[in-house]
Amino acid sequence: MSEDLAPPAEAQAERRLNMIEAINEALDIMLARDPDVIVMGEDVGYFGGVFRATAGLQAKYGKTRVFDTPISECGIIGVAVGMGAYGLRPVPEIQFADYIYPGLDQLISEAARLRYRSAGDYIAPLTVRSPFGGGIFGGQTHSQSPEALFTHVAGLKTVVPATPHDAKGLLISAIEDNDPVIFFEPKRIYNGPFSGYYDKPVAPWKTHPDSIVPEGYYKVPLGKARVVQEGEAFTVLAYGTMVHVAEAVCKAKGVDAEILDLRTLVPLDINAVKASVEKTGRCLIVHEATRTSGFGAELSALVTEHCFYHLEAPVERVTGFDTPYPHSLEWAYFPGPVRIGEAIDKLLKD
Amino acid sequence: MAGPAKPADTNRPALALHVPEPKCRPGDKPDFSHIDIGTAGAQPRPDESVHPAQIQDLAFSLIRVLGEDNQAHGPWNPRLDPQTLRTMLGHMAMVRAFDERMFRGQRQGKTSFYMKCTGEEATSIAPAMALASDDMVFPSYRQQGILIARGYPLIDMINQIYSNKADKLKGRQLPIMYSSREHSFFSISGNLATQCPQAVGWAMASAIRGDSRIAASWVGEGSTAEGDFHSACTFAAVYNAPVILNVINNQWAISSFSGFAGAERTTFAARGLGYGIAALRVDGNDALACYAAAEWAANRARANHGPTLIEYFTYRAEGHSTSDDPSAYRSAQEREEWPLGDPVARLKKHLIAIGEWDEARHAAMDLACAETVKAATKEAEKNGILGHGLHHPFHTMFEDVYEELPWHLQEQAEQAIRERIAKFGTERPFG
Repeated sequence: MSEDLAPPAEAQAERRLNMIEAINEALDIMLARDPDVIVMGEDVGYFGGVFRATAGLQAKYGKTRVFDTPISECGIIGVAVGMGAYGLRPVPEIQFADYIYPGLDQLISEAARLRYRSAGDYIAPLTVRSPFGGGIFGGQTHSQSPEALFTHVAGLKTVVPATPHDAKGLLISAIEDNDPVIFFEPKRIYNGPFSGYYDKPVAPWKTHPDSIVPEGYYKVPLGKARVVQEGEAFTVLAYGTMVHVAEAVCKAKGVDAEILDLRTLVPLDINAVKASVEKTGRCLIVHEATRTSGFGAELSALVTEHCFYHLEAPVERVTGFDTPYPHSLEWAYFPGPVRIGEAIDKLLKD
Repeated sequence: MAGPAKPADTNRPALALHVPEPKCRPGDKPDFSHIDIGTAGAQPRPDESVHPAQIQDLAFSLIRVLGEDNQAHGPWNPRLDPQTLRTMLGHMAMVRAFDERMFRGQRQGKTSFYMKCTGEEATSIAPAMALASDDMVFPSYRQQGILIARGYPLIDMINQIYSNKADKLKGRQLPIMYSSREHSFFSISGNLATQCPQAVGWAMASAIRGDSRIAASWVGEGSTAEGDFHSACTFAAVYNAPVILNVINNQWAISSFSGFAGAERTTFAARGLGYGIAALRVDGNDALACYAAAEWAANRARANHGPTLIEYFTYRAEGHSTSDDPSAYRSAQEREEWPLGDPVARLKKHLIAIGEWDEARHAAMDLACAETVKAATKEAEKNGILGHGLHHPFHTMFEDVYEELPWHLQEQAEQAIRERIAKFGTERPFG
C-alpha cells in the first residue's frame, strides 16, 4: 500500500489522545460544524486556556467565536444565558470548578429555569466546562468537586467524563443538548488515568484502551453509564477520576467487582445501576467530593429504594472527608486505596 | 531596609459606622431641598459618537425637556409629532388604568400578587417607543409599559396574572413575570439584576452575528448593588456591546431608600463613568426626555459606538407591591410633593399647551382605557382566576424542566397523578 493513501479505518481507530486533546478536538469539531457555537472564558482565547483545552481554536475560528472574558464568573454565565436567548450555543469555561460560585445564581435561578419559567419561549443551551477535583496539590481553591450543588438543581444536567474517548463524545452531546449542561472535567486525569497510588509512577493515557479516540464527529449519549468491567462480587458506582482509582484498587485486591462509570449524574442511568446491583447484591459508591449530602448519598438512597431486596450488605460510601481540601495533607483527604480497600473488606465480609 | 513596624497610637479616635437614613419618615414633612432638578432645556446634547469622558457632567445633572411652562425646551427635545405624543400619552394612561384594575383584582382575591408602576410609566413606555420593535428588552418587574407599548394583548397579561388555563406561561410564574419572545421581551426573573448581564450577552451575540438589533435592560436603583449589574457594566464596556443599561431610580427599594444603594455619595448614572460607559441622568417623569435619552443611546449602540447607562430619576408613587405598606416607612406626602411631578399629567399638559389635546378628550381617553381593561378582565376571567381550578392541565407541571422528561420526573409525575386520584377520585376533577 502506498504511503500517499489515507490510512485505513482500523489504523485511524488506533489514534490515541489524552483528555485535553480529546476535549480540544470536540470543541474544534463543534466550532466547525455549528456557527452558533461560541467558546469563551478566562484565558481561553489567544493563550488557549490554563490547561490548554482551547489551544489553537481562536487562531482557527477568530476572535468573535473564541475569546477571553473578564474575571467574572457571574458575567460569563450571565452573558452566556443572554447569548443562548439570542440563539447561540455558548460553551463557557470556568477556569476551576472552585471559581464557579459567583456564577451560581445565573446557573441555578436563570439557566436552569429559563425553559420552565418561559414555558419554552426561551432556552439556555449552554455547556459550562470546568476542570474539577483534586490530587494536583491545588489547595482548597483548586481541588473541589462541587457536583452535588448542581445535581440538586432541577433543570441542569451534570456530566463527568472519565476517559478521552468519552470526554470527546460526551462534550459533543452536551454542546448539542438544548438544556444547560455542567461538564466537569476531572483534571487529575487530563494527562493520564490516575490509579490513586500517588507514590507510584503515573501511567500516561497512551497505554489505556480508552485513549483511542476516533477522528471526527461522534457522540456518547448523555444519561448512559458505561460498564468498565463486569464482575459478580459487588458493584462499584463511580465517575471521573475515581473510576480509575476504584479499578486499580479492585485489581490490586483481586476482587471480582463490576465497575460502572456513571458518566452522567443527572439524568442518571438508573437502569444500569439497578441491573448491576440486582446481579451482585452489594454496592460500593466512590466519589472524591465531601461526604455529607454528596452525590453518593443520592446514589445510596436510589440503590436502597430500587434494589433493597437484592442487597446482601449495607451500601458502602467512600468519599472525601467533610473538610476543605487541605494542601499539604491532600493525600490524607483523597479517598485512596486504603479507604476504598477497607470499604471493600467491609462490604464483602458477610 | 525594613524598619520597625509603626507602633499603634493609643490616642486614635474611635471609628464610627455610618448607617444611611432617609430625610423623612412617616409623619414628617418631605424635604427635597437636596435634589437639584436644574432647568429644562439647559443640558447639552452631544453627538452620539462622543467619548464617555467628554460628557461626564450629564451623569450628574438631569436631562429635562418639559418645562414649568409645559413647553418642550432645548436640544434634547425629540420633536415628536402630536400623534406620536398622543400615542405615548395613551399608552401611559392605559398602563395606569391597567395597574388600577389589577391591584383591585388582587385585593378581591383574584390573584396572589401585583406590582404597579404608578409614577414611573414614562421610564418604560418612552424608551420602548424609542427602540425598534425587534430590539430585545430585558425588563425588571415594573416595565409592563413596554408590553403595552409593543401591543401585547391585555388579555394575555391578565391570563398570566391570574395563572389561569390560558396563561401562556402555564401558571408557573408569579403574576407580572411575563415573557414574550414574539415581542422581543425576555422572561422576567424574580432574582434581581440577573437580566443585566443577559442583555449584554444578547447584545454581544447580535454583534457577533453582524445583526443590527440592539438590547436594553432595566433594573431598579436598589438592585444596582448586585454583582450582576457590575458584571454587566464590565462586559458591556470590554466588548463595546450594543446595549442600553437602564437604571430606574424610583428612590425606594421596598422600604430601603436609595441611600442603601449608594445615593448619598454619587448618582447612579455615575456608576457608568468608572467603566467608561456613556452615562445620562434623565428626569424620569418627563416622557420627552426619557424618549430622547433612549433614542440617543439606541443611535449610539446601533452605530457601534457602544453601551449607554441611563439613570431615570423618578419616584415610586405606590407601594413596592400588593404585599407592601409604604406608610410604615415613608412620608405619605412625598408623592404629592415630588419636585418632578407626575409623568402622565406633565405630558397631558404639554399636549394641551401646544393645542393638541384638551381636558374633555383626556377624560374620554381615561374612560375608554378603563372600559378596555374592564372588558379584557371579564374575558380573561372566563379562563379562570387563581386558585379556582381552571389552571393548566396537571401534567404540565413536569414539562419544560428539561426538553425531554427524564425517568425521575416521569416517576414523580406518576406519583402526582396517584395523589390526584386519591384526593379527587379523578386526575382531572375540573374537567
